[in-house]
Amino acid sequence: MKKLLQRIYLFLILLFLYAPIIVLIVYSFNESKSRAVWQGFSLTWYQQLFTDSKILNALETTLLIALVASVVATVLGTFAALGIIKMKKKTFETVRTITYIPVLNPDIVTGVSLMMLFAFVGIELGFVSMLLAHITFCTPYVIISVLPKLYQTDISVYEAAQDLGATPFYALRKTIIPQLMPGIITGFLLSFTLSVDDFVISYFTTGGHVENLSMIIFSMARKGVNPKINAVSALLFVTVMALLLVVNKRELSSKKRISKNNKDTFLNREKQILSIGENEEK
Amino acid sequence: MSKRRFSLPYLIWMSIFIVVPLLLVVFYAFTDNSSGKTVFTLDHIKAIFEPLYLKVIGRSLYMSLIATIVCFILGYPAAMILASKDFAKKSTMLILIVLPMWMNFLLRTYSWLSLLENEGLINRFLALIGFGQVQLMYNNFAVVLGMVYNFLPFMILPIYSVLVKIDKSVIEAAKDLGANNIKVFGRVIFPLSMPGVISGITMTFMPALSTFVISRLLSGGKITLIGNIIEQQFTITGDWGLGSALSLLLMVLIFVSMIFINKYGDESVGAGGLL
Repeated sequence: MKKLLQRIYLFLILLFLYAPIIVLIVYSFNESKSRAVWQGFSLTWYQQLFTDSKILNALETTLLIALVASVVATVLGTFAALGIIKMKKKTFETVRTITYIPVLNPDIVTGVSLMMLFAFVGIELGFVSMLLAHITFCTPYVIISVLPKLYQTDISVYEAAQDLGATPFYALRKTIIPQLMPGIITGFLLSFTLSVDDFVISYFTTGGHVENLSMIIFSMARKGVNPKINAVSALLFVTVMALLLVVNKRELSSKKRISKNNKDTFLNREKQILSIGENEEK
Repeated sequence: MSKRRFSLPYLIWMSIFIVVPLLLVVFYAFTDNSSGKTVFTLDHIKAIFEPLYLKVIGRSLYMSLIATIVCFILGYPAAMILASKDFAKKSTMLILIVLPMWMNFLLRTYSWLSLLENEGLINRFLALIGFGQVQLMYNNFAVVLGMVYNFLPFMILPIYSVLVKIDKSVIEAAKDLGANNIKVFGRVIFPLSMPGVISGITMTFMPALSTFVISRLLSGGKITLIGNIIEQQFTITGDWGLGSALSLLLMVLIFVSMIFINKYGDESVGAGGLL
């Protein structure tokens, strides 16, 4: 009896979480524009989606920004982690605190503060400012993903490589980087996802000159329900599902011992952030 | 030691793109240049305390608090069930709870539009069973619902992850010593789950407090929260002073709650050591 009640409760929670998404996806296949009436299956909205140059441009912007921002953030963040870990305790604490600011600050504050910076130094709002903003909020996640791996890394291998005549950079590439790889990939994927997903920061740092998918969705949704958004949603949902499957499979199939915290990364990025403090002490 | 310089590019980046923008927020919150030159002023800070804005701040706090409480009431039992059961589909369940977190929050918010609208599914269903049309959107209810929907997984997960780590033998010990189920929960399980509860509350309350999208979409712009005011200052009105002052307020609220969490975080480490 108790078990049944528990199952029903969980089912209701899941129903609450998924009903709107399912309705959204189902209605993306609706013939009629009036969303409440079901007028038969159709792919009209998907067709319109792929002929809408505004949406296609936004898709291109979204992916381009995400790719460039996450690559730059990954390089910047990985090297940052390598340096930060060698710092004196006080400097380390300061840098770490500042690094956490974009993670903890509400997106709206990050957005408007960057907008003011761009206005202040005279960078015109648009693609470039958006890219700079995305690199800024992605890099901390890379650092946060790489640092715990760095603590588990055996530095003596790096020193040994140098003793054997390797240049510092070669030694780094051959000894340290491979050990950090899981953290680096996590950071990269996290950055990519966050960038694709971002609305608030992009909204304030583009000045309406460039639009990513989220911004298109916002401006369309402001005017009410639009089946084209339903079609975009359905596609995004499927993409995210596929991405998560790939990531989980990758993590499960890798035979290396993965600390529990890292395994949970893709389940809960916030939790990982909160638990990072514990990790570093170990 | 030569490795320290690897972080130089990031340190420069961090200074320009994290530190300077924050200083600018402070700068604009405390200065005024309407007369042509920049002078120090407390006008923007004072403006926050005008009845109009005070009302908005009060409403934001109130609505995010309600949303957080609802998330807690719905989420805690769910987390407990997930943590207690060892049924085969446990990890699937967990993934299902977590998956919506990875969906674009704009889309999650938007998805309620087609349900709540006057012509929406819920109203059509009500009409079908003989009820009149109910105004479900454009009110506080819709905004709180949007917050609960968006942030519920962020409440369930941290609580769950603390609950699964509780040592079963502590619960058995309490029972051996004569505690009934209610007492075990009140004296053992709930106190031990506090770190999860606290981080769940922050992860719900903070984004709810600073949102402008949920209120904009689900109330059609009728309900104004702190986030909406800030957004207006930077996109329409152009009053950066007030916008910065309100941003500063949001940061202070976050900062205060972080101190609160850290305090609890430390205690949880102690509790972990005890176990």
